[in-house]
Amino acid sequence: MAPTSSTGAAAPPRPIRSRRAVWGERGIELLIYASGMSAIVFILAILFFIFREAAPVLFSDRFSLTQFLFSTEWYPTSVSNVRYGTLALSAGTLAVTVLAMVLAVPFGVGGAVFLSQFCGPRLRETLKIIIELLAAIPSVVWGFIGLTVMSRLIVTYTGAPVGVNVLNGGIILALMSVPIIVSIGEDALKAVPDSYVEAALALGATRWQLVFRVLLPAARHGLLAAVLLGVGRAIGETMAVLMATGHAVQIPHGILDSVRTLTANIAAELGEAPAGSEHYQVLFLTGVLLFIITMLVNLAADLIIRGARARK
Amino acid sequence: MNPPPVIPVSARFTRTPLVVRKERQQAAVRLVLLAMAVLMVLPLLSIISHLIVQAWPALSWEFLVDVPRRGMTEGGIWPALVGTVYLVVISLAVSAPIGVLAAIYLNEYARDNWFTRAINLAVISLAGVPSIVHALFGLGAFVYAARFGYSILAASLTLAIMTLPVIIASTREALAAVPTAFREACWNVGATRWQTIRAIVLPNSISGILTGVILQVSRAAGETAPILFTGAVFFKAVQRGDLFPYRLTDQCMALSMHLYTVSTQVPNVREAIPWATAVVLLGAVLAVNAAAIALRVWLRNRKRW
Repeated sequence: MAPTSSTGAAAPPRPIRSRRAVWGERGIELLIYASGMSAIVFILAILFFIFREAAPVLFSDRFSLTQFLFSTEWYPTSVSNVRYGTLALSAGTLAVTVLAMVLAVPFGVGGAVFLSQFCGPRLRETLKIIIELLAAIPSVVWGFIGLTVMSRLIVTYTGAPVGVNVLNGGIILALMSVPIIVSIGEDALKAVPDSYVEAALALGATRWQLVFRVLLPAARHGLLAAVLLGVGRAIGETMAVLMATGHAVQIPHGILDSVRTLTANIAAELGEAPAGSEHYQVLFLTGVLLFIITMLVNLAADLIIRGARARK
Repeated sequence: MNPPPVIPVSARFTRTPLVVRKERQQAAVRLVLLAMAVLMVLPLLSIISHLIVQAWPALSWEFLVDVPRRGMTEGGIWPALVGTVYLVVISLAVSAPIGVLAAIYLNEYARDNWFTRAINLAVISLAGVPSIVHALFGLGAFVYAARFGYSILAASLTLAIMTLPVIIASTREALAAVPTAFREACWNVGATRWQTIRAIVLPNSISGILTGVILQVSRAAGETAPILFTGAVFFKAVQRGDLFPYRLTDQCMALSMHLYTVSTQVPNVREAIPWATAVVLLGAVLAVNAAAIALRVWLRNRKRW
């Protein structure tokens, strides 16, 4: 509205908001801006604080980064010769994650394909709800199931001396990552343009040919991202592997060997390491390592999703 | 000129060998995929039924409101139950407002520039941080640097930061679902940006926002690693049925931690107690999730646009 009206009739007065309303609004917007930055603040804070606790050990002469990364000898409380090698722990994480993915990827992708192409809307909604509930089961409950049910099954059917091992952890982690792979994978399949699907069907392709020749190739980036997010979850998972993989710090030679993962190691030993001790600092350094690994995996997944979207 | 060959009606729709093969293939694939889907559903059902069967002897009202007795080998889970409620309420009281405001910023205010992209990257990275790293952060930042000590406060703040990125993501999705035309209509009658958000955007997306927050209730209740070293404790003496047994600076028991403790750390626990604890935790988490899902379905059905 123009401030002055030249055409005779008196314009209604311009509504004026009270000073309080204006400043209140400004205050709220300030809060909004501040909260908007919170994610950046927190991610930097996490990096800063775990690195701050870990940093002193990097400059200690009793510690070498090469040994930390590439030695399999983890004797943090040895009196005579303390050694902090995390290779066996990394191998444990790798073994469990790889096994979990070998089990979870076919089921996850298969489930996503089934949901998007082979079932009616009712069944789809039901399955999606069940998968969501499956994703909600707390990791400590999974760990408990691994420790009790799964370990007994493994001992019975494989004759392994102990039931808490790579196989157990792998199955539990697979069950935990399948829901993520299914839901993100289904999104990826849904994002394939309808015209592709229609063209394939018009040419007389069966559903299976459609999936195999059209959908999977067209959605491969999204599916890869889904798998990577599953990997990220598997690497970072703590309680389930702590309870289900046993506590042997060793490089596994088979899937029936017990291992310990990077995450489980922190959870198991942090309580016993006095604050500020070298052992404590090394555990924080393991945390930095984990942070970097999972961050790379997640960023890779994000880049792939974003790249796939940009190409459309 | 030859007349076109006359195909008898009955033969016009016979399935050629190719069609038969394709149909068979299709049926086989469908069966395999169905089996996979069933194999995904089966664990949930079998786990729940197995847990309930094992836990049955210990499940009772008494189990919920009684305190652990005889070095946690008998009795109930009251202190853990209350502790979990404390942790969940405080952590969401912190993370929900920040998360919602952050999502409002990202969806309503932020321009598409490098800074916004940096925030998005931070949200994604924060969502991917392993829970044990959150625990390390909580220990370093809240317990030691901020001098909260091992306390409910430190543990809740750690959980708050863990739930924050997911709340941001789900709220953002809810806000983005409000059509732009709604906002434009409001701007056109002279409303400011914040007035539009308060009067139009939030009322139309509150259901989606709530669903996202409710889902984080169950996540916060189930997480163990972040509270393991920041405020949860094996045992805390509490009056039976006491509703407010803890102060913010106290350590507390929590259901998830209690399950870990009784299943791995305490010898000679009565057989059914860990199972019953697992059932209570799982039941609470699934009930909260089911409520959120029901809310979502109900609201989707009565959505007007």
